[in-house]
Amino acid sequence: MTLADNAAQSRANEHQTKRPSRLFKNMTAKVASIPMVLTALVVFVGCTAWTITYSFTNSRLLPRLEFVGWDQYDRLWSTRRWLISIENLAIFGICSLILSFVIGFTLAALLDRKIRGEAVFRTIFLYPFALSFIVTGLVWQWILNPDFGIQQVVRDWGWESFVFDPLNNADIVIFGILIAGIWQGSGFIMVIMLAGLRGIDEDIWKAARVDGIPTWKTYVLVIIPMMRPVFVTALVIITSGIIKVYDLVVAQTSGGPGIASEVPAKYVIEKMFQSQNLAQGFAASTMMLLSVLVVLIPWAYLEFGGKKRG
Amino acid sequence: MADTTVSLAMEGPRGPKPRRRLSPRNIMLYGTLIVVALYYALPLYVMIVTSLKGMPEIRLGNVFAPPVEITFEPWVKAWSEACTGINCEGLSRGFWNSIQILVPSVFLSIAIASVNGYALANWRFKGSEVFFTILIFGAFIPYQVMIYPIVIILREMGDGISAVTGTEFRLMGSIWGLVLVHTVFGMPILTLLFRNYFTSVPEELFKAARVDGAGFWGIYFRIMLPMSLPIFVVAMILQVTGIWNDFLFGVIYTKPETYPMTVQLNNIVNSVQGVKEYNVNMAATLLTGLVPLVIYFVSGKLFVRGIAAGAVKG
Repeated sequence: MTLADNAAQSRANEHQTKRPSRLFKNMTAKVASIPMVLTALVVFVGCTAWTITYSFTNSRLLPRLEFVGWDQYDRLWSTRRWLISIENLAIFGICSLILSFVIGFTLAALLDRKIRGEAVFRTIFLYPFALSFIVTGLVWQWILNPDFGIQQVVRDWGWESFVFDPLNNADIVIFGILIAGIWQGSGFIMVIMLAGLRGIDEDIWKAARVDGIPTWKTYVLVIIPMMRPVFVTALVIITSGIIKVYDLVVAQTSGGPGIASEVPAKYVIEKMFQSQNLAQGFAASTMMLLSVLVVLIPWAYLEFGGKKRG
Repeated sequence: MADTTVSLAMEGPRGPKPRRRLSPRNIMLYGTLIVVALYYALPLYVMIVTSLKGMPEIRLGNVFAPPVEITFEPWVKAWSEACTGINCEGLSRGFWNSIQILVPSVFLSIAIASVNGYALANWRFKGSEVFFTILIFGAFIPYQVMIYPIVIILREMGDGISAVTGTEFRLMGSIWGLVLVHTVFGMPILTLLFRNYFTSVPEELFKAARVDGAGFWGIYFRIMLPMSLPIFVVAMILQVTGIWNDFLFGVIYTKPETYPMTVQLNNIVNSVQGVKEYNVNMAATLLTGLVPLVIYFVSGKLFVRGIAAGAVKG
């Protein structure tokens, strides 16, 4: 491909310009772009295609090209562990989407009201985002510890029968992870929302005030509809983050109690590297890719569909 | 794209004006903000407090109680004695592994991505935008999809290098394999960052240099590099925090001897053997979080610019 390009380029150069150095200089640019081209073609296209192909085989310990059709996908969707993973991801995903939006927007709106010490508040809300999911998971594992954490504190206050032990209760364990996830990520959504609010013209606020429209109504009727692009960006960021959730669960619960807090990303890694069931892992990771595409394609269409990118 | 909008967040509030200082509205406003701020600050407080207590004190009280007797012993223990399995060298080994991974990864990924971005901004060739688009969309592919083929690639590359040089060399399981992986996966966002920045450099400067006879590398080193130090700092912040906080690649592409700090931390705290020493665990957790925290508090606005650009990475 590049050879053909070069030939075409050189022919074009001969016609247009009489600068012989041009082709050579463009060669340097091409040589310098080799890492990018390799990454794009070999890793992103090549490796993805490889994984999808091998998800239709019966590879176990080593990858083998013995095709078995949709068998791996059939098995995947009849595995209880995978179904629990999907259910957890759905609950975690929907809750963290709603909470991130509500918390992120509310905090941003509060910070946008010309308050004192805005920088201090912003710094506090955002610092968890600098920490890794491992650190986040371990801290919240400790805070939610039934013997020393929140449960014990409330009991010490006199409410002896108080029960709040999400990490050891299979029914609500995913909400324990949710608390940590929201703590880590909502500050970032706040920053994005704040940027959106700052991008809104001050004249709009003035006009609303002149017309005597109450503040909350201005937000609901004018500001939020105007911030649609910001919301879409936030949506894409949150969803692509949710699908990748892995380290947080590993650190906080290791998937427990039992398999109650398993997530798809963890299922993939375990099938590939621990239970020597490669093709099953490939099939599960292909499903993950599919769910990203479901979000990504409409977004790309909205963002780049009509206009040309500059 | 998000980068330019988010930097707006730093400019100043545009919301409606508050009226009096001690109105009920203001009390509500500040009250809410302070309560929420306490919730966000709480885990950091808990980490610090727990890591300064002795075990008997922890067993008596709760996680929020301030330490009666401050002790730094858990910190010393976490750093130099904490055990993962049979190995009891403490977190220090993970720390030095992380440093050894971090330095070449950050250097290599920024060097390659800045040259890529520069080529894309100033030396476009046929097809360059196509590769760039693939690169950006590739950033959204879940890592799980690409992890296994990369294991094979690293193994084969290691064998190839061994055959050529005649000495035993392994990429898979070594720090260098992980460096390569970080370079590859850091490329989309960094290339985007540099491309957008270099595109905004006035074209006249570039043309003038061309007239003076400067070539690809001449312009890069003499004009672009000195002009764009801020964006290099942003890229560094982004990469240092990202690579330091990585867990997935570390656990897959390295061996126990070369595990980065996050992986070792998780193994220490979640190990099932022995009595749980919560104070040592929290000291270890805090130690691991210290590097990105310091970067965050020192860099401020630049950090926000970095993560805003990194938003594309998701």
